[in-house]
Amino acid sequence: MLISVASGKGGTGKTTVSTSLAFSLNGDVQFLDCDVEEPNAHIFIKPDIEKTEAVSIFVPEVDQSKCTFCGKCQQVCSYNAIAVLPPGDNSKGNTLVFPVLCHGCGACSYLCPQECIKEVERDVGILEEGKKGNIEFVHGRLNVGEAMAPPVIRAVKKRIDIKKTVIIDAPPGTSCPVITSIQGSDFCLLVTEPTPFGLNDLILAVEVLRKMKIPFGVVVNRSDLGNDETDKYCERESIPVLMKIPFKREIARAYSGGVSIVEAFPVYRKEFRGLFDMIKKLA
Amino acid sequence: MKVCITSQGSDLEAQVDPRFGRCQYFIIVDTDTNATDVLENSNKDGMGGVGVQSGQLMAEKQVKVVLTGNVGPNAFQTLQAGDIEVITGVSGKIKEVIEKYKKGEFKATQGPSVDSHFGTS
Repeated sequence: MLISVASGKGGTGKTTVSTSLAFSLNGDVQFLDCDVEEPNAHIFIKPDIEKTEAVSIFVPEVDQSKCTFCGKCQQVCSYNAIAVLPPGDNSKGNTLVFPVLCHGCGACSYLCPQECIKEVERDVGILEEGKKGNIEFVHGRLNVGEAMAPPVIRAVKKRIDIKKTVIIDAPPGTSCPVITSIQGSDFCLLVTEPTPFGLNDLILAVEVLRKMKIPFGVVVNRSDLGNDETDKYCERESIPVLMKIPFKREIARAYSGGVSIVEAFPVYRKEFRGLFDMIKKLA
Repeated sequence: MKVCITSQGSDLEAQVDPRFGRCQYFIIVDTDTNATDVLENSNKDGMGGVGVQSGQLMAEKQVKVVLTGNVGPNAFQTLQAGDIEVITGVSGKIKEVIEKYKKGEFKATQGPSVDSHFGTS
């Protein structure tokens, strides 16, 4: 079963919920931290990393000596990563590739009539795998300066072992990295906080999940703070609120020390197991 | 010879647009015939690579000189590869800029004047 944990607004408690869930389950668990721009689950899971490998995408390299400047590569590129400047009165022609704009789709090299475009690997991040007890851990780290997270997220998700209970910690927000992370989930937990910003971004996340047709439920973190608009919204929209975690300074203190809520307060282990049972019924 | 001035409006009374890639209009003037071609910039709301796209458009329209407020790194590289002269720091009314250009009052720019994404607000 594949469970993803997302939010909309950042800082609501995705990692708290996803890691607590992982720690509370028996049996084979796989934890995938797909927030490759700022992975943090390893701080709580503390896995022994056993394997590291580079993640790369393919970018085009044009052999200018064979290029006829026909412009087909530029026409087919959806990302404007290739510019073809035909020869002029004083200039020879030029085909420019902009690697940072390239999404590695391969269309240009595939369609070049002169077959003068070859695909060259470009490193964009790394993948790390390890273990902690019954938890198999995988995360990705996007290289500093890179703009595209999805290639690294896809590399992390390639490690999915669907025979296990797979928990995916998604990045915040609702754009490409989140879509790539939660795609294919059997269920998604939306972690929110009962504040105006929290609700605003929850509504956006709900819209995404409905479009992707992934069953979902809400976990309200710091539930005794803020206002009741989030409760009212979930009721109006018939969205199941599966768990509420009241604010406790001690939870925050434990979290800031890299200690999971279920280690600091073992009573939460039962609550998270209950959450998992509810997810199994709704998925 | 064709020169292009980025414009905020569709006529010669309009002000120069300080952006290149995401400008509102490209006004292309043939300095020999005074023929004018006003192009609404369909790239301006593009997702990415807009500087490259607009640079490519200049090459397709056989523009030899671009006069604008600012040019970013990708656009500059594309224009340079197309052997197109870039003049930044240009402002004022389009028709006045044309006159100034004909009098030779502008100097070419050697590099991009702003970082990427300048034209997005």
